[in-house]
Amino acid sequence: MMSDFQDLKNMVAVVGVGTTRYGSFPETDEYGLGAEAFGKAIADCGLDKSQIDGLLVNRIPSYARMGEVLGIDPRWTITLPAHGRMSGMAIIEATAALATGRAKYAALIYANIGRSRRVNYGGDESPNIWDPWGMTSPGAAHAMMFQRHMAMYGTTTRQLAEVSVAIRHNAGLNPDAVMRKPITIDDHEEARRIAAPLGLLDYCLITDGAVCLILTTAERARDLKKPPVLVSGVGGRDRFRQSALGTFDLDFWHGPIRESGEESYRMAGVARDDVDVLMSYDNFSPTVLFSLEGLGFCPRGESGRFVEGGTLKVGGRLPTNTDGGHLSNSYMQGWALNVEAVRQVRGECGDRQVPGCEVAQYIAATVCTRSIIYTRG
Amino acid sequence: MPSDSSTTASPYAKPLPKPTPLTQPFWDLAREGRLAVQACRSCGDRHFPASPVCPECLSTDQEWQVVSGRGTLVSWVEFHRAYWDGFKADLPYRVCLVQLEEGPLLYSNLVGADAGEGRVGRPVSVVFEKVTETVTLPKFVLA
Ligand SMILES: [Zn+2]
Repeated sequence: MMSDFQDLKNMVAVVGVGTTRYGSFPETDEYGLGAEAFGKAIADCGLDKSQIDGLLVNRIPSYARMGEVLGIDPRWTITLPAHGRMSGMAIIEATAALATGRAKYAALIYANIGRSRRVNYGGDESPNIWDPWGMTSPGAAHAMMFQRHMAMYGTTTRQLAEVSVAIRHNAGLNPDAVMRKPITIDDHEEARRIAAPLGLLDYCLITDGAVCLILTTAERARDLKKPPVLVSGVGGRDRFRQSALGTFDLDFWHGPIRESGEESYRMAGVARDDVDVLMSYDNFSPTVLFSLEGLGFCPRGESGRFVEGGTLKVGGRLPTNTDGGHLSNSYMQGWALNVEAVRQVRGECGDRQVPGCEVAQYIAATVCTRSIIYTRG
Repeated sequence: MPSDSSTTASPYAKPLPKPTPLTQPFWDLAREGRLAVQACRSCGDRHFPASPVCPECLSTDQEWQVVSGRGTLVSWVEFHRAYWDGFKADLPYRVCLVQLEEGPLLYSNLVGADAGEGRVGRPVSVVFEKVTETVTLPKFVLA
């Protein structure tokens, strides 16, 4: 009997990916966008939609409506709420479901119509107990953390700028990215403050769009169109005890990131230094610094120095968010980063391709931290 | 800073707390100028915000305990964007995260003429601002 999740190493693969354009599409909705991404993903792997017997939807109001729109009747269905942390969780849960035979081919669909609906992630649309004091929005919680990081370690906003500048550079190499015009450290420093110490260029974009991944077992993957990209290792830790404070952690989620990362490396049988490209959830630029420290790419408190000089650029020491991430590509809440990991391992990334990419890591540092290691099948 | 909207023509325009049976005692005590956290009568754990059971031992035997009002500035931010119109006139305003001497963490506002000198680790103490006839908000100043 299967008792250890680590036994699922390399048992499941991503075989198809599909992404819509990103931007503002008020003429459609989640179902229209989701269907477009789904169509591209099944074309990418060469499956017929009648073969899809697993459906996971994220940030899509009704799984039944999604299935109706796609004309499918799966035997495994899951819906997950509109939190960025859900993308890694979704891929891990689908991996478990496929490995244990709950479905043969699972479509994981994410759609976001937040730009057209003018979602602003604070105020009355997300009420919380701190509203009377004006404390609202995940950006402000991340600003709280970065203020602390500056005080504890001497990290500067110019160092933080290196994250936004490098990821914008990478977006410039991606023809599909929304924000491609290069920015400088000074641009970052002079940008409008939102919740100081964070400013506009520390915040993710808000875009409409959709993403679909098709997963199946590594065995079935061999018969499909593209070379499979294996889910080789996964890890996760949740931290709910102070979640009243929002997306905030006194210790920058250092322990959960370290443990999630180590768990995923161990399962995949790779070392941190084997990672060719990193996809680091960048809802706000400080999250990338916290991830680098938690994973051990640099010692605690030294992420500011580590990112100086273009470390995270394509061609740098640790190419990170090569598609432009949430800061410059699109706000697909981790889903587009997982697609980018797959495309890098496949070698499909054109100007932004990391040469010889064999190991890609996804890390989302948050209340539910997740790490995924993808390798070539 | 507006201290009592009942004396002015314009109503208080910022979000107000929505007390529940669980949180009402906190607001009643705040109106009397006292800051309180929830404490467990079984294991002694102190926590905030209020919880239906003790997060340490799951006991339902809990009370509200008035605390010293002293704490440490864990962090703070300066809002340059108003997510509610009622905050527009205050921009930029400071929100702080305070760890009370008794342990719990809470967000509030850092106020006072010297609030700009706030640094992580500075001691702070509570002050009370009556914003409507029924609502008084605990806020913090540098100690
Ligand atoms: Zn207790």
